[in-house]
Order: sequence, then structure tokens, then C-alpha cells
Amino acid sequence: MIHSLFLINHLGDIFLEKHWKSVISRSVCDYFFEAREKAVDPENVPPVLQTPHHYLISIYRGKLFFLSVIQTEVPPLFVIEFLHRVADTFQDYFGGCSESVISDNVVIVYELLEEMLDNGFPLATESNVLKEMIRPPNILRSVVNTLTGGSNVGETLPQGQLSNIPWRRAGVKYTNNEAYFDVTEEIDAIVDKSGTTVSAEIQGVIEACVKLSGMPDLTMSFMNPRLLDDVSFHPCVRFRRWESERILSFIPPDGNFTLMTYHISSQNLVAIPVYVKQSISFFEAGSCGRLDITIGPKQTMGKTVEDLKVTVHMPKAVLNANLTASQGNYTYDFTTKLLVWDIGKLNPQKLPNLRGSLSMQTGVPNPEENPSLNIDLKIQQLAISGLKVSRLDMYGETYKPFKGVKYVTKAGKFQVRT
Amino acid sequence: MTAMQKLLQLPVNAVNMVKTVQSQVQGQEEDKSPVLTPDSGQQAWYSALQPDELRHLRSGGTGGGGGGGGDQEERAPLEEGGGGGGFQTQPLRHDDLKEMLDSNKDSLKLEAMKRIVAMIARGKNASDLFPAVVKNVACKNIEVKKLVYVYLVRYAEEQQDLALLSISTFQRGLKDPNQLIRASALRVLSSIRVTIIVPIMMLAIKEAASDMSPYVRKTAAHAIPKLYSLDPEQKDQLIEVIEKLLADKTTLVAGSVVMAFEEVCPERIDLIHKNYRKLCNLLIDVEEWGQVVIINMLTRYARTQFLNPNINESLLEEGGSGDKTFYGSDEDEDEDEEEKEKKAEAAAMAKRKPYVMDPDHRLLLRNTKPLLQSRNAAVVMAVAQLYFHLAPKAEVGVIAKALVRLLRSHSEVQYVVLQNVATMSIKRRGMFEPYLKSFYIRSTDPTQIKVLKLEVLTNLANETNISTILREFQTYIKSMDKDFVAATIQAIGRCATNISEVRDTCLNGLVQLLSNRDELVVAESVVVIKKLLQMQPEKHSDIIKHMAKLTDNIQVPMARASILWLIGEYCEHVPKIAPDVLRKMAKSFTNEEDIVKLQIINLAAKLYLTNSKQTKLLTQYVLNLAKYDQNYDIRDRARFIRQLIVPTEKSGALSKYAKKLFLALKPAPILESPFKDRDHFQLGSLSHLLNAKAGGYQELPDWPEAAPDPSVRNVEVFTLLERVTTLTSVPEWTKCSSREKRKEKKVEKPFYTDSEGESGPTESADSESDSASGSESSSGSEESGSGSESEESKEASESEEEEEEEEEEQKKKKKKDLKKPVQESESEQSSEEEERKHQRKSKPRKSESESESDEDEESESESSQSESEDSESEAEVKKKKKVQTRTAEPKPPPKPLKKESKKEKKEMSLLDLDDFEPAPSPQVTPVNTFLSNSLVTDLEGLSLSDSVLSPATIAPSSTLKSYELLHRITGEGLSVEYCFSRQPFSPDANMVAVQMQFTNNASSDTKNLHIEDVKLQSGMRVKEFPEIELLPAGETATAVMGIDFCDSTQAANFQLCTHTRKFFVSIQPPVGELMRPVFLTENEFKKEQGQLMGMNEITEKLTLDVKCRNEHAIVQRVTTAANLSRVPCGSDKECRFAGRTVTSGSLVLVTVATKEEGAAQLTVNCEKMVIGTMLVKDILQALTQ
Repeated sequence: MIHSLFLINHLGDIFLEKHWKSVISRSVCDYFFEAREKAVDPENVPPVLQTPHHYLISIYRGKLFFLSVIQTEVPPLFVIEFLHRVADTFQDYFGGCSESVISDNVVIVYELLEEMLDNGFPLATESNVLKEMIRPPNILRSVVNTLTGGSNVGETLPQGQLSNIPWRRAGVKYTNNEAYFDVTEEIDAIVDKSGTTVSAEIQGVIEACVKLSGMPDLTMSFMNPRLLDDVSFHPCVRFRRWESERILSFIPPDGNFTLMTYHISSQNLVAIPVYVKQSISFFEAGSCGRLDITIGPKQTMGKTVEDLKVTVHMPKAVLNANLTASQGNYTYDFTTKLLVWDIGKLNPQKLPNLRGSLSMQTGVPNPEENPSLNIDLKIQQLAISGLKVSRLDMYGETYKPFKGVKYVTKAGKFQVRT
Repeated sequence: MTAMQKLLQLPVNAVNMVKTVQSQVQGQEEDKSPVLTPDSGQQAWYSALQPDELRHLRSGGTGGGGGGGGDQEERAPLEEGGGGGGFQTQPLRHDDLKEMLDSNKDSLKLEAMKRIVAMIARGKNASDLFPAVVKNVACKNIEVKKLVYVYLVRYAEEQQDLALLSISTFQRGLKDPNQLIRASALRVLSSIRVTIIVPIMMLAIKEAASDMSPYVRKTAAHAIPKLYSLDPEQKDQLIEVIEKLLADKTTLVAGSVVMAFEEVCPERIDLIHKNYRKLCNLLIDVEEWGQVVIINMLTRYARTQFLNPNINESLLEEGGSGDKTFYGSDEDEDEDEEEKEKKAEAAAMAKRKPYVMDPDHRLLLRNTKPLLQSRNAAVVMAVAQLYFHLAPKAEVGVIAKALVRLLRSHSEVQYVVLQNVATMSIKRRGMFEPYLKSFYIRSTDPTQIKVLKLEVLTNLANETNISTILREFQTYIKSMDKDFVAATIQAIGRCATNISEVRDTCLNGLVQLLSNRDELVVAESVVVIKKLLQMQPEKHSDIIKHMAKLTDNIQVPMARASILWLIGEYCEHVPKIAPDVLRKMAKSFTNEEDIVKLQIINLAAKLYLTNSKQTKLLTQYVLNLAKYDQNYDIRDRARFIRQLIVPTEKSGALSKYAKKLFLALKPAPILESPFKDRDHFQLGSLSHLLNAKAGGYQELPDWPEAAPDPSVRNVEVFTLLERVTTLTSVPEWTKCSSREKRKEKKVEKPFYTDSEGESGPTESADSESDSASGSESSSGSEESGSGSESEESKEASESEEEEEEEEEEQKKKKKKDLKKPVQESESEQSSEEEERKHQRKSKPRKSESESESDEDEESESESSQSESEDSESEAEVKKKKKVQTRTAEPKPPPKPLKKESKKEKKEMSLLDLDDFEPAPSPQVTPVNTFLSNSLVTDLEGLSLSDSVLSPATIAPSSTLKSYELLHRITGEGLSVEYCFSRQPFSPDANMVAVQMQFTNNASSDTKNLHIEDVKLQSGMRVKEFPEIELLPAGETATAVMGIDFCDSTQAANFQLCTHTRKFFVSIQPPVGELMRPVFLTENEFKKEQGQLMGMNEITEKLTLDVKCRNEHAIVQRVTTAANLSRVPCGSDKECRFAGRTVTSGSLVLVTVATKEEGAAQLTVNCEKMVIGTMLVKDILQALTQ
């Protein structure tokens, strides 16, 4: 399975290597660097590369490449998913997944990698299990450890590893028992020039932060579960119960986890919160262009739209932008050709507007296509699909937990074509 | 300093005492080298350890005593530096690290090890520290130890000899009482790649494979491929271990051992047979990574063991739309044809063998389906490929949604998923059509994703959606990403070739693109146009004329050149325009780009050959211009062409062929998907992604022609059952989550012999989940008895053996209680149970006195056996489960039993009947009243042995019809009657049980009654009844024999022999006896019926007999005529029945819809048309007589 792992930063330096079988020279990465050169964007590097003796499967996360070396047939998604799980674990342990963070914690990283894979086959990937075996660093513990020579490594086998609920660690105890659920929905939409919706779907996720003592058994029911078109669950969710009653029944892992994700693809269920009026034009003569963007509320369900932001990836020929924004402010980075207009809260009375001229490189033919606008927004206290949690019950424990549900709607890949 | 201070508290004398002893030992040892010489072997290692340990003490002593040997003095300052944290900043030399490792303080060692591991992580060489590190392998501090392990695993291969020193530590670790230590010792031991220790590893693995702790067994499974890669010679032994571990019942081990199986012996598919059902059932509880491996393996397995579920479709038409219901609109034309074809070939189809899915095949599909909801993309993909490769066409659709969901994931995941979707969408276009919009492209997608999405969109294009897709493409063409634009143009070309309706639109669009500024776009457009033109010669002229006009405007040389080539190639279609174009070109020749010039020469040459009259001068003019061109290529070309086409006196032989050379028919470039035919690789695999066979790839086998024997998968499941519930039960309150219930049931099924037990519940899979919870609650509230029962069994399954024993005792106690004939029944529940007991009790007695031990069904016989013993713990548990599951169900009527007993021995049966006679009525009714109708049927779905319980739902059980086999006159006093007992024939479920009753009317005894000389149609089989040794005069005896009629009404001929005579007899079954009842819910019934339409459906109108106009009568008559079970039905105008044929398990569905005045309609749906027609006749007769 997974033979070796190389972590490569955006400059192309290998700053960590780990081999689970015999050592593979890092020169194997040259093939990858070659492909990296060819692809303009790091995102465009093919995730799977074939070299004479090995296969390289890589992911790009947080400006780092996680490059794994494979020698024999293995489902590529298996490796990709695992690498992302590794990155997630780093994120979870160190609060970030950058080169500096990993270099600072190289020993823990190494211990983690050792636990996560055995001979290239995943061993323990559940965060609750790993945390029992290798404790995440925190300041207090590192001070204590230096003084006493103590270690970060647990001495017993995590209970979860053996039980039928491997995701939960044993003996959890809190003074304040609380369970929070964040229902976050992202709207993916493509709106065309005339303002009609080409495609729209909602990607929802329920993130949970559960800090409950003992072995709580939770059930969550929804007011309108039929909305949910397609779902995927954390392994803790009892699938049959969902099938039969549309109730989420689960013994949660301790701490933060993603309880479920769902997908609403039917377009008529998706409300588009804002509309955009835009005109971007480039003139043949005088090598300049005009830009005029107005945003207004469309279907906001009576809530205010916040954190509104418009990002435009300008054609190469645009040198500078001379614009006035009626609300918020804009920046234009002429190296990346990125125009960002940060609006903030959307005021329905006075619609935000950005207009002005664009100066173009002379002698270069006009771009024939207009850039598309990417919209970011956020609506608090609203799940745009109308999904509502109706109940959250706890069984198995006697205390009364504090429960909370929060709804947020965001724009996912929300694109307006021009 | 703190650590030092601690050490100072050591009793100084003690330390000094030790020190003196050791410094001598130490001195010697250290002369040799830090650790021992490799050849000194194990013993040397032990002694090596000593000095290490001693050194701890000694340096402790150093701190305390403030003195010591020479080498210690050197070390002291270093230690102090370390304690003060001074080395944090400056990089340490290897020597310093060695010193730290040799120190006695864990904190120093740890620090050193951390640094060393950091070095390893950066890829720096730390191999020369090996001796110093390996000494610490026995360190008490677990973190140091772990880091040493890390180091060892990394460098052991390079320093094999030294690595051997650590082995004994691991060997000791293997015996440790702590399972974590055992496991980690095995892990490291197997990870150090030192060939010499192969035997030790082998031994360790074997031992660990039978370890108590499943975690250690898992580690053993992990160690197998390691050892195999180290020494492939060990394969045979390793396979043995794999075989053993495959039989393991814990989810923890399952994934790892299958992984080992895949690495070591993927070809040994036979090892899977026995574990197949277990793996299927465990699957949902295995950790995600194991799931992926298991699913992939099972895909391969299923391909070798089951029949192609789409075989019939593929016979009919290739790769088209087999089932209209799902694929809907995509291939309308084909469907019409297909329809005709179908009708035409109706006769032929009747002959072909109907496909019946193996229940194990179904089991796999059913148990993997929930995993589509996994959060792990790899699992989802694995299930998707399984469905793609194994499921009947109608069911493949379920995977689309899940795959589309994955498109929201990381871009790498998208990349892989899209590749697979692209392949799938070629074969099964309809599947993804509803999700067309999910493949629309955003400008922010990475190029590789865009191109793949484009591929999918192109594959999905058809007449209905092409306009939307083309509109999308239009926006894509304006993208900044030129590679993507080029791909879009190709995509348009492909759409145009595939869908003739839009060919013109596409062409026009592409022609417009020729004026694009981007050369890439133009070049791509021209290629595509060229292709399209080559496909439709008759329409050439228009477009070529149009393009010819464009030459005035288009400046991009590549485009001009391409147009010129086209005009030249098809100059015959534009005879008037071509010379004119050449004229214009000749005029501007000198100003053109080189490639254009070349094409002008080319055009001139072609025109000269076809139309020399008009173009002779022009051609010469052009050639003359070219002759003096600056570019030598052009000059060369001009010279070459002139020689070739212009006839001169000394022109060579070639000029004769000039026309052929220039105007040969050029093959059209083929525009087809690069993903075509990729599906011969297993989807989701690396090989599929690369479209090349990767190392270690296991080919996906083709479906077998005929299914291998399914009985190889049969297993005894007593032990399994209990374990499985252990794993799935969640140790809390009410929920014996539906999952668990399912498990129980599923696992028990195989027990009842292969197909029979499986098939019923298979069909009712959907409703079970409801029912499980339903039954849970109802049994909890109303039937305290069952509640406690189930709790107990749950406990039992969770806990270890001891508890089980305890529980067993309880059980025994209970049994005793129950054995008392009259019992104060606290609840209905217990009385029911009691009644069961009685039934069971009666059984052994009966079987003792008579020779028909097999006449009743499995559970009874099984329990009777178990009762006779006492150590049958598992059987006990199982039995109890059975009781538990049955409690909520209506009772099977005791009638068949009663009848037998009455007939056979009156004295005894009377007593028995008294015992259980009153029981049924109060039981059946309450259940029916407090459980809703659908719930009852759901519970039936849960039942373990459908066939046994079936008569219960057929409200009034029918009396069995007897047939005469031998008349007493022909039989010279011996008369034989037979009837179809409608009980499953336990030795072989594919056989129909025939109960025979022998009566000796003669005055003398008959001896040695047996069967001989069986004459059968091919495929039929007979299981004879055991010989009846003695039948005294005037007595009666019964025996049961089994006949496999192969689902035909062919008679089974044989000779019935007595000690004196032989009689030729034959048994011909009425068609209604060739089936056994199954339980379906209303929905399943409808679903199944929907799949058995067309020729498989026979409808007959009839007028019901006067006596048979109420539901009750209809049910009775139908069930008498055929061995079917009633299916619940919402309307009272309809009665529905379901069954399966005994041999092939084909579904038989019967519907009787009543109308006014006795009019009724009878519908029979059955895959086997012959059976269907015969059944219609029989039922018709039964209802109208």
C-alpha cells in the first residue's frame, strides 16, 4: 500500500519524509517536481503520477504537498482520502497544517504517522483513538514534560480501539456537559449573465462539538428530514435508524467532529440570496474598460446578508482599476489580477455599487471574454434549505446537558458569469 | 537539575557498592564496542543489556558520588549542559547524541531520540548512531521506547547484525500480559526487515494469530504481508495463518486479514467461500479502510462465483437500455426496436434460462449499499464500483447520487471520481443524466477537473439535453483557460458526431470559432470541422463555400492554411469556388505565412489534377512564385510538386499516380472518448486511472458461464451468530439497534441451508429496519417476558464467556420451569414460549417411535438435539434468540402436526394436543390486534424460517391432499399414499418433501420397504426415505422422501421394493407443490411484480364459484392449490400470494382481484412461464369448480 510519504513545501523542498517499508530515495520526487513545473498552478498537478518504478499520489493542502509513493495497485482514492485524513489530524493536533507547525512538532508528527499506518495500511485514524495514544501538545503539558521527563505517549491501548465504538474514547468527564451543533449550508450556484440560475445546489454539513461525560447516546430529529436528498454520516450514526425513522441516532465521539453532510441538488429548493447586476466592458480604442457592479438582496428570508465580498479574476491585460465603491472598499492586486471588493453587510435600502474604469495594457488585443464574479456571503441564523433540528435527546446518562444548535448559510462556489 | 537531585536521594552506599562491581564488567564490555559483536548471538545480547542497565546505576552514582571512572568524567559536563537546556539551540554532533543516549536519565534519552527522529524525518543519515540507540530498546520509558522503535524500523535493514540484538526484547514483549505491548512488539519485530529472523517472525505471527486479544490478532494480520515481502518462500505457511485469521469473527481483524490475503494470495479465492457470508455481514462494522479492501476483494470474488445479472439483457441487445423504467428517455429509438425484437423473440426467450440471483449475491449488494453513505470517499467509490460491476442494471443507479456528492470534496477526490464517472457514463449514461448540472464547470475549477467534467458532459449529451449542453459549452469557449477551450471544441465536435440533429448547429458554431484570435482554438476548430465534413460529404459544398468566403477575413495563418487544405481536399464539391480561391491566394501569395504558402501550393496541385483547364496557368504561376521563395521548404515543395503533376517528356513513373497520391481518401480522425472501454479495469483502481496495468493489479474476472456450486459458502453458524451480535450490539438502553437485529437474522439464515433461508428476507430488506425497531418497542411494552429475554441475550452477547455461562444456567432453570406441564403464565409471552417447548418436547418422542426424524423443519430438530445434550452453549443462545424473534409472530397452526399425530398414534397425540391445543387462538389474535397489519408482515420478514411460519398467515390452513401411489390390490395388500407435506425438506432445500404413508393391509408382514431403480429426467434428484425394515400386518408407517423436480411437473419414476416384490410407481407433482411460500410486504410485492411484467405475466378472467366469493374462501382455495403464502394487501378486493419455486427460487406472484358478482381476475407473475401457465390453470380450476 502506501510505501513512503514526503512532505513538500511550496518552494519544492522536501522537509519531512517517512518510510513504512524499505527506504525509497527522495530522488523519486523529481518526477513530481517535473510535473509541478509543467502545471502552472499547484492545483493543476495531477494527483496521480506514474514513474518507471513507482506511482506517486499527492494532495495539495495548506500550500503543502503530501506526496505518497506507491508500488503496487491500490485504489487511488484510498490513498488520497488517507492523506487528507493525515492533514486533518495535523490540523486537529496543532491547529494548523503548515510547514513551520509540522517542523516544530516533528516528533509528534512522526509518532502520529507511525500509529496511523502500519506497513502502509491504515491502522488508527480515528482522532479520539490517536489522542489517547499520543497526546496533543499544549503548553502546560510541554512544561511539565520538560521538568519531569514525562512523555506524550499513552501507555495503554485506547479502549476505543477494541470496543465497538472505536471513535469514542473511554472515561470522558466534564463538569459542564454541553453539546453544540452547527448547521452550515453552502450554496453552490452558477448564475448567468442575464441573472438566471444555471445550476444551484446546497451542500450542508452538521459540525458538532460534543463535550459530554460518560457514554451518552444522542438522537437528533429534524422538522423536515425529507429535504435531505443525499447524506453521508460519521461512522457513529446508526444508519438503519435513519433509513427507517429519519432520525440521527449516535454515540458521539468526544470533541469536534462532522456528524453528517448532506446535499440538496434539486434546484427549485435552492434560494439564491442575492442578485448581481453587472457590466464589464473593454473598449477597442483607448485601451480602457468600464466596470459597474451592483448587488441587491433576492431571497434572504428576512435575514441580513453579511460578509458580502466579490472577487473578480481579471484578464491579464487589465493593468489597474480606478473604481469607486459606494460601500466597503476594494483592492486590486495587479500581479495576481485579483479584484476584491469587500462590502460587508448588505443594506437593502442603499444597494452597494462599484463602478469605474479599468486601465488596460496598450498594444494587447482586448480580452474577448469577461471575467466571472465569485461571491462570498454569510447569513446568520438561517439554513437556506429550511432544514431545522426539532429535537435533541440524550439517553444513557443522567445529567442534563446544555444543548445548542446554530444555523449559518454561506456562499460556496457561487459564481456569476458575465 | 531536578532529575539529578532525585538521583542524589539514592542511598549512596548502595550505589557505590554496585558501582564497584560494575566498573569492572563495564570496562571489559566497553572495550569491545558499545554493544556486542553480532556473532555473539542472543546470549551476548543478554549480557549486553546488563552493562546498559548497570550504566544507569553507575551514572546515577556518578551524580551522587561525585566521582567515577574515566569515561564518566567526560560525560558529566555534558549531562549538566543537557540538564540546563543549553543544547536546545546549537545542533549536536552525533557524539553528543550518543552521550545523551548512554545517560541514565530518561529525559536526556528522550531528548536525544527526539533529535534523532527529527534527523530521520528530514532525511539526514543517522545510521552511525545505531549501536547507541539499539541499547535503549529495553528502556522503560514508553516514549523513548517508541522512538527507538521508529529508529530501528528505519535502519535495521542497513545494520542487520546489530539489529539482531534487539530481537530478544521483542520476544520478551510478545509474552507480555499487556496486549498493547504484545502488539507493538510484534509490530516492530515484523517491521525490521532482517532476513535472518524470518523463522522467529513466522513463529511470532503464528502465535499472535491465536492470541486472545483481537488487537494482537489484527497486528498479526498486518505482519503477514511484511513477512511475505521479506521472504516469499513462506507463502504456504502464511496462507495457513491467513486462513485461520479469515475465520476470525471480529470486525477488528477482518479488514487487516483481507488486506493480507490480497497481498499474499489473492488467487486463493477458495479461502473466501467459508467466510463470505460472515464478511458480508460484518462489513458495515469494519473500520473504513478495511471496508475498502474487503469490498474490492468481494467484487472479484463475486465475479467468479455468481452469474451475470444482466445476462439476459446483454443477450437481447448490447449495452443498451435493459430496463426502461430507469433509463427512461436516453435511447428511445433503440427501445422501440427492442420492443419489437422482444415480441419476435418471445418464443426464443421462453427457452433461455431465466436468471435468478444467488441469494449470496443479493446479500453482498444489500450489505454494501448503506456504505454509500460513508464519509470516506474511498468507501463510497468501492461500493460504487461494486455496484457497477455486479449489480443488475436496474440497481446500478443508486450509486450516482453518492458519486455526485463526492464532487464537492477535495479536488484530488474530484479528479479520481470524475475519471470513474467518465467511464461509467459511457456505459450507463442514464444513471448520471439527472445530475447533469452537477458537472457544470466553474471558472475556478482546476483545468484537469474542467477537462474531466467536460468529458462527462459530452458523454451525457443526447438529443434532449444537447441544447442545454451546447449553451454551456458556448460559455466555456470564452474561458481564459485555453487548454480548456481546446478541450471544449473537441467536445463540441464529439457531440456533433454523436447527435446528428445538432451537427449543423455545431458546425456553424465551429466555423465562427475559426475567426478566433487564439491559434489553438482555431486549429482545434479546424480539426473538428474537418472531421465533421468528412462524415457528411453531401453537405460539404455549403460549408466549404462559407469557409472560402472567410479566407478574406481570417488572418490567423493556421486557420487560413486549414481552410485551404479543406478546399483542396473537397475541390470537387466546390468546382466553381476553388479556382477562385486559388486566384485570390496566388495574388497574395508573397505576403502569406509559410504554412499558408505550403497549403496554397497544395491546393494548386490538387486543382491542377482535377481541373487543369481552369487552373493550369494559376498553378504554374504559383509554382513559379514558390520557386523563388525565401523558404527552402517552399522551394522544395514547389519543385517536387511540379515534377509530380506537370507531365514532361521525362517524367517518372510517379506522375501517373499523382492523382492517387494527392486525392486519396483520407481517413477521418476519430473523435471518441478516451474513457471508452476503460471499464475492463476494475473501476476505482489505480490501473483504471492510469489506463495501464499497475503492478499487483488483479484482473477483474469475467462472469462464469455457469454458477459454481453455491453450497461451498454454507457454514455452521452457531458460533458465528453469537460473536456477531457481540460486535454490533451497542451496550445501551432500548436499541438493539435495527442493525443488530438484522445481523442476527442474516446470520442465522445460512443455517437453514443455502437458498431457501436467504431468499425470503432478501426481498423484504427494506421493511426490516422498520420492523426491527417496531418489534423492539412492542415487545418491550407488552411482553415483559420477551423484553427480558432479549435483554439477556444482548448481555450475553456483549459479555465474555463467564457471563454467558451464567446466563446459560438461568436458561436451564427456565427450561426446567417450563417443562412442568401446567405453568402459571405470567404473560402471553411465556405461555407461548412454553408451548414451543412442548412442541419441542413432543418431537423427540415422536422421532424415537417413528422413522421420520426429518419430517419437521430445522429449528425443531435442532432444538431437540440440543435439548438432549447439555453443553451446547451456543445452541442455547441461538435457540433463545429464536424464541425471542418468534414471540411476536403469529403461531404456525399446529394442524399439520395434529393431523399426523392423530393418524399415527392416537394415545400419544392426545396428550400432546391437550398441551398445546388451547394455545394458538389467544395468541394469534392479540398479536394481530395490537400490532398493525403492516407491522405483522414486517415481523414476518424478520422470521427465521419463512416456510415454517407461512401457514400462519394463510389464515385457515389447508388440509393436505393425498394421492395414491400404490393401490392395495396392485400392491398385493400394501397400499401407499403420498402427499406433499409442504415442509422444507431439511437435507436438501431444493427438494420437495413427499410424505408417504404405507399401510399393510395384507395378513403377513412386509419387510425391507425401500426404493430402487430411480428413473428421472435429467437434473432431477431423489433423496430416498430410509428403508423401513418391518411393517407388520395391519400397521401403518410414514416416511418422507425428497424429490428435486427441477421446477418441472415431470414425474419421478422409481420402483418400490419390498422383500418379495417390486412395484413400478411414479410421483407427479401438481405445479402448486413446486413452490414454497415466501413473505413479501405489499411494497415488495408490487416492486417484484413490476419487474415481472410482459411475458412473465399471465392474466385470466374468471367467474368465481358461488361458494368461493369471500376472501376467506379464495385464500383457502388458492393456498390449497399451491404452496404459497399470503401477502398483505391494503384493499380487500385483492388477494395476493407469493412463493418461490423450490429448485431455482424464481418468484411466483399470484393476485386475485375480485369484482362484482363473482367476476374476478387472476394474475400470475412468474419468471418461469411454463410454471406460470400451469399454475394459472390450476388456480383457475380451484376457484371456479
